[in-house]
Amino acid sequence: MTSDANNNATQTQLPPLLLLHPDDNIVVARRDIAAGERVELDGESFTIPAAVELGHKLARRALPAQARVLKYGAPIGSMKTAVARGEHVHLHNLRSDYIPSTTREGGVDAH
Amino acid sequence: MNAPVMQGILRKDGRKGIRNVVAVAYLVECAHHVSRLIVQKSAADDVHLIGFPGCYPNKYSLEMMQRLCTHPNVGAVLLVSLGCEGFNREQLRRTIAASGRTVDLLVIQQSGGTTRTLNAGLEIVKKMRAELARQTPVPMRLDELVVGTVCGGSDGTSGITANPAVGRCFDWLIEQNAACIFEETGELIGCERIMASRAITPELGVEIEACVDKAANYYRIMGYGSFAPGNADGGLTTLEEKSMGAYSKSGSSPISGLIKPGDVPPRGGLYLLDVVPDGEPRFGFPNISDNAEIVELIACGSHLILFTTGRGSVVGSAISPVIKVCANPDTYARMADDMDVNAGRILQGAELDEVGREIFALVQSVAGGAQSKSEQLGHQEFILTYKQFEPIGPACLPAA
Repeated sequence: MTSDANNNATQTQLPPLLLLHPDDNIVVARRDIAAGERVELDGESFTIPAAVELGHKLARRALPAQARVLKYGAPIGSMKTAVARGEHVHLHNLRSDYIPSTTREGGVDAH
Repeated sequence: MNAPVMQGILRKDGRKGIRNVVAVAYLVECAHHVSRLIVQKSAADDVHLIGFPGCYPNKYSLEMMQRLCTHPNVGAVLLVSLGCEGFNREQLRRTIAASGRTVDLLVIQQSGGTTRTLNAGLEIVKKMRAELARQTPVPMRLDELVVGTVCGGSDGTSGITANPAVGRCFDWLIEQNAACIFEETGELIGCERIMASRAITPELGVEIEACVDKAANYYRIMGYGSFAPGNADGGLTTLEEKSMGAYSKSGSSPISGLIKPGDVPPRGGLYLLDVVPDGEPRFGFPNISDNAEIVELIACGSHLILFTTGRGSVVGSAISPVIKVCANPDTYARMADDMDVNAGRILQGAELDEVGREIFALVQSVAGGAQSKSEQLGHQEFILTYKQFEPIGPACLPAA
């Protein structure tokens, strides 16, 4: 596939983590990232603890429970539990401050 | 830059259509099959199926059908009724006739059943198509164009690539005085204050905040927000996160007005479409799928729709062409046949402006007659259900 070849060619040049706004406390995976991969974040190098897919979020720094999560510089919810830097931030540890999100398995996430 | 680059069919109300469709409209689900047969056996790209399934009358659906049947992209309409349903078919027929369009009505119970109605319908559609083929297009400018945008199958890439790229395109269209519509206040929960600050008057800002509050209340009563499991698979976690991504489709122009389904923007500018019903929740979920939103954008006069998708939607629409802007480079690689624009390449180093310019050029070529991918593939999805709305308030539209 030509597009995959292009994808691989550019992957080596572009940083795998995207910071969308300077105030954000999460970053977004620009591509699928494997567990154990070394990445640069805020000038420091560290190891990704678990695989993340394209478009998913990781903690930019350690976040306590109840922390307001900022993406695009805007609040997108609050942490249900604390996370370390580089950990996946998703339904298991982040909740909406407005309306619970639905999942295929069982209705809505508990607030 | 405002030189005529497009062409359209001039209608009696002064608007121009970028397509010249014969709409076959069923007025109750019981007339759906016969109508579908008429469309299928006519075997032409420009014969489209629309309709309303309910047997009981509803002010909103009658208003929507009147707007859709007199949309600038529609040249003639064949109405198909079973005969005993509650839809006010005579009012719809009068509205269409008053708009200068050819309209015909078949009542299945009076026409002798399925086969006789089908044969009569095929004859009528044939005559209508021959009549429309004699109409000549005239030059059309960007300030005569109405463009709607919707997102569907959003993921963590949508708000970074396709949505802001459409936002750029919207800014350039609005500079040329086109009318641009973004929507789904229930998918803008969390963005109410920032949107209000972009309103051209403080009074409009108040209306915008109130309509998002209404949406949040409505979805709370429904039990969940406009958030599908596929959104979470793609990395989105919360409704307000999805909202922030969706919001970037609106670009950076001031918000000129707040409209409801069927309201046509009075002039160029950026408009927010409030699709959440008024009053106590009565008929269920506000918009049961993306096509319900697309139909409402079209009822507001949208000549074409910019549809951004991360997970990979394939839909098109009856009446107005849908241009698919794919946010996710992996999705694009899997579903390129369905996608008009690969905005995911922004993640691989392409500039947002470059993708925005590609969308801007595509809007003009599709308005000029080029078929979008969903048109080529025959996608003509359509859905219309029960709702209720109050008219918009005086602060919602720009002053004359």
